Amino acid sequence: MHILEGQGVTKLFGGLAAVSNVDFHVDQGEIVGQIGPNGAGKTTLFNLISAALPFSSGEIRFKGQKLNGLKPNQICQKGVARTFQQTKIFADMPVFQNVLVGASFGTPNRLSQADAAREASQKLEFVGLSAMSATLVKDLTLVNQKRVEVARALATKPELLLLDELMAGLNPTEVSEAMELVRKIRDEGITIFMVEHVMKAIMGICGRVMVLHHGEKIAEGTPQEISCNKQVIEIYLGEEAHAGS
Amino acid sequence: MLEVSNLDVFYGKSQALRDVSLRVDEKEIVALVGANGAGKTTLLNTISGLLRPASGSVEFLGQRIDRLAPHIIMQLGISHIPEGRKLFSDMTVRENLELGAYTSAAWKRRKETLEQVYKIFPVLKERGGQSASKLSGGEGQMVAIGRGLMSSPRLCMFDEPSYGLAPKLFSEVLEVIKHLREEGITILLIEQNVRNTLETADRAYVLENGQIVLEGKGKDLLRDEQVKKAYLGL
Repeated sequence: MHILEGQGVTKLFGGLAAVSNVDFHVDQGEIVGQIGPNGAGKTTLFNLISAALPFSSGEIRFKGQKLNGLKPNQICQKGVARTFQQTKIFADMPVFQNVLVGASFGTPNRLSQADAAREASQKLEFVGLSAMSATLVKDLTLVNQKRVEVARALATKPELLLLDELMAGLNPTEVSEAMELVRKIRDEGITIFMVEHVMKAIMGICGRVMVLHHGEKIAEGTPQEISCNKQVIEIYLGEEAHAGS
Repeated sequence: MLEVSNLDVFYGKSQALRDVSLRVDEKEIVALVGANGAGKTTLLNTISGLLRPASGSVEFLGQRIDRLAPHIIMQLGISHIPEGRKLFSDMTVRENLELGAYTSAAWKRRKETLEQVYKIFPVLKERGGQSASKLSGGEGQMVAIGRGLMSSPRLCMFDEPSYGLAPKLFSEVLEVIKHLREEGITILLIEQNVRNTLETADRAYVLENGQIVLEGKGKDLLRDEQVKKAYLGL
């Protein structure tokens, strides 16, 4: 089943088409990757799905239902959660309170305070941040701030999770750990749509990859197919890098 | 050129750097690798004056700089390209770049340096009048690097230049770094793309829990079993 489906999705910034007539889908239980050069429109597409930006034309459906016109909080409550490439967290609040925001306001059915708190601490444990629960988020490393965002997103009990460059800034050993985390989330029954430049992660966990370039979808396929695609190598991977590191 | 001796740095009661010593010679590329939370960014922040060490010293070109303000340290010739870009989002690309040249010597040369930056990152010229908030993540990283070059630094410190960059673009940034060294700029580089970084660097230090645990030629560290296991995921 297509849990998420977009048709003719377009976003214009002035005269510039940041996302141009893109058709895409994500099936339930999949881990789908989105790659492409910087400025290709990958984050913009996430912003359209999550209604952080209004779109110019086209439509996006989640479980068959149109998302057009909904507000970001409504989309979250319907079961689509996201993280941000440039973290958007409450820097002066402790880690736990940040995650509690997700559990208190993002879930499909409003949780009691006690349930929300329980949910928040479970999710912190899930991402491995329990020990830092009382730390102010601004005192965390960038990488741990991203984990807080994952926990906050999971605390909204999503069915679909959009991850925007979760692996950025991780060394290869840490990337392996983060890949494990993403698999674990999928094994909980949550579908994953991820933007990522770390090819090791794309190759290792995605079932399918789509490639954006100048706002258009130029390729789609298994990671193996994509990594051998001449155009993708030329515009994105570079000659030596396609093995990933 | 840069001599860091026995630095201890604290955040409140927790110690982030312990007895850290390191040196960078003129025209070297020196890399700093280590897990997240090891103290790499803290070390750069201490060198550029954003943090004060509890003890130890930092000398640059023979002068103690560890009690100087960040803008003075920058005037002496150290440029810091911070993690996470830290752009002025309400300003245009060009304004962000020009701010990198606000010391009077650099300001006089700003047109020329701006052209050099545009040569390295042509897309920034196209986007010169655009608000920095409208840039994609990778374009923002290019502005941050460009801004760091606008002061015509002697020593340029990069904190994870690959962050958010497409693979091809990162290879290009590494080329830029090598090119800068040929132009006479010394490089201190934090980078999680450990393999490419160690291949590029002359020397490297490995930081673990706030301490330097290994130092050596980049290529030798690549073969080190401990490094392979801890940082290369092998």
